[in-house]
Amino acid sequence: MTALVADAPVVDAVSVILLIPVVAGTLLAVLPGYWLTARLNVLATFLTLLAALSLFFFARPTSGQYLLVDDLNVVFVALNTFVGFTTSVFSASYIAHELEIGRLTPSYLRFYHAMYQVLMFAMNLALTANNIGLMWVAIELATLTTILMVGIYRTHEAIEAAWKYFILGSVGIALALFGTILIYLAAQPVMGSGLDAMVWTLLIDHVARFDPALLNVAFVFLLLGYGTKVGLAPLHAWLPDAHAEGPTPISAVLSGLLLNVALYAVLRFKMLLAANAKAIAPGPLMVTMGLGSLLFAAFMLYRRRDIKRMFAYSSIEHMGIITFAFGMGGPLANFAGLLHMTMHSLTKSAIFYSVGHIAQIKGTQKLADIRGLTETHPVLGWGLVLGVFAIAGMPPLGIFMSEFLVISSTFAREPLLAIPLVAGLLVAFGALLLRMNSVAFGDPLGSTKPAQASYVPLYAHLALVLGAGLYLPPPLVLWFQHVAGLLG
Amino acid sequence: MGSLDFDIAHLFAGGLVLVSFMMLYQDRLYALLNVFALHAFVLAFSVGWQAYIQDAPHLFITTALAIVFKGIIIPVALHRIIQRLGIHREIETVVGIGPTMLFGIGLVALSMAVMLRVTAEADRLAREDVALALSVVLLGLLMMVTRRNAVSQVVGFMSLENGLILAATGAKGMPLVVEMSVAFSILIAFIVIGIFLFRIRERFDTVDIQALDRFRGEQR
Repeated sequence: MTALVADAPVVDAVSVILLIPVVAGTLLAVLPGYWLTARLNVLATFLTLLAALSLFFFARPTSGQYLLVDDLNVVFVALNTFVGFTTSVFSASYIAHELEIGRLTPSYLRFYHAMYQVLMFAMNLALTANNIGLMWVAIELATLTTILMVGIYRTHEAIEAAWKYFILGSVGIALALFGTILIYLAAQPVMGSGLDAMVWTLLIDHVARFDPALLNVAFVFLLLGYGTKVGLAPLHAWLPDAHAEGPTPISAVLSGLLLNVALYAVLRFKMLLAANAKAIAPGPLMVTMGLGSLLFAAFMLYRRRDIKRMFAYSSIEHMGIITFAFGMGGPLANFAGLLHMTMHSLTKSAIFYSVGHIAQIKGTQKLADIRGLTETHPVLGWGLVLGVFAIAGMPPLGIFMSEFLVISSTFAREPLLAIPLVAGLLVAFGALLLRMNSVAFGDPLGSTKPAQASYVPLYAHLALVLGAGLYLPPPLVLWFQHVAGLLG
Repeated sequence: MGSLDFDIAHLFAGGLVLVSFMMLYQDRLYALLNVFALHAFVLAFSVGWQAYIQDAPHLFITTALAIVFKGIIIPVALHRIIQRLGIHREIETVVGIGPTMLFGIGLVALSMAVMLRVTAEADRLAREDVALALSVVLLGLLMMVTRRNAVSQVVGFMSLENGLILAATGAKGMPLVVEMSVAFSILIAFIVIGIFLFRIRERFDTVDIQALDRFRGEQR
């Protein structure tokens, strides 16, 4: 650890963050054997996490034409690498079981691990890209990697899910590219042709002189395009299938990380538009889409019969809340949005960790076939109960606090919008507790064989969520306040 | 910029929209592939012309890619897949040809109305190219939603991507265009042909998306 951190100022930390997954991915593609590769996967994500954390403590590399590190994306990178690391720990025990029952063959295991690292690389690249074209390429790469991962079991359902994700994801990606081209077109008369007109830090300096009409159209395309990847209604159709049919570690990474990465792209463009006085305010568009997703997903939660699909809808709901909060803007709502995003990533991935093991033990994902978990598997069962309490927004867990901040900032500025917001939250709350009640309590149903699970990532996340609900360390608060100010 | 340069660029961009319309009413897969090859060739001419008038030799890579990869390799490969799967029958369209064409005309009108209005300050050539490119993108989307067959959806997606490349090359001096076109092409080939079609063939004996729909996760 010391060696790497000491090197960080000399060897640029961002390159390390990007290089480790590439090297590890190449190695994992060729190395055989579960024991070695699963550990190498964990080690690589751990080193990436260390490199990301070093960004907080050492002088940051200066941003160039391609890469950028600022106070905003450091938060995202740290969250991304942290959940990437804990998920790789969970993945090691999850995948062992999948190999045992023969759902994955050794060659697919190599493919799986290599793709996991490629996905980490793509997401970190998207978060640190300073060039809007590079950011697009990275998000495209992340999308394609996850498509392959979702289809990895090659069942009917998995292929349908992967196909749907491919079609909708590609359309979203295509719309986002069109928006990116329009941004370039708007920049070109002011900044001249060439690479500079796609560099975000230069764009934000000159954006005040861009043609506002072109920026408006560009933002609509970007919001729809990247919004598809965020899973905002009505472009969410790929999300429940992709979460339900892929390996559970991928569901955790999709919900906890990839949705955030897409949202980060939207935020960057929102900042561009906000810096141009004559362009439309991007906020109301985001508020509408966020609120729509929240309400839609909250009602859809009641009709779910598959446990992973249910939590996928809950992800749509929470991405709706986060988009809503960032759309409202202002220091308090942005702070709430950032906090909610962090808490959601931690909680949702924890839920998927427990759901993954539960589905493996029971051999099914059907809600009706899972009962009485707290009796048969107390550690997993209570972990799920805690996770659902957290995600539903019960005090004193972290999500309660961030939702409370979102609601109170909405009441202060747009009281009318707070009504549908609170209604959506309550509807979702009811649905989640109803389902959790049947899954966790009552007479046990299904297999009761002991779990071979790694509880550490699950409870580490839950402890962080609980801790954040009780006490937020002042440096973290200051940092989030500062970032919230940047977001405008 | 000379007016001849401008007119020829327009001719190719307009031609691409026209070929997109031709793709909309093809009801046989082989014919659809032939028209798609034509689409790729028109794009190649358009990009090549842009490379010439913008004096941007790197765009010739995109031109070559459009001809060799999209104009020849992909159609031939898809042709073979169709043969192997024995699905050269009629394409099942979700909506009739007539309404689809009318809707397509509406989309072109929409993209003209929107893009020409908002790009008033942009470069004149780029401006009209982008309007035509948006038409191609929207027609590609239309094709994807009006077809049920996996092969024709992929063709729709590739025509959509051609529209994006038209827009990117029309925007003068846009960086990373070549990289984007290379990435797009490789990934399409890789994903679509290599994995999806073979897996779908392996498991379903059909590439009709409707058959896939039966396996939705939540039916009782």
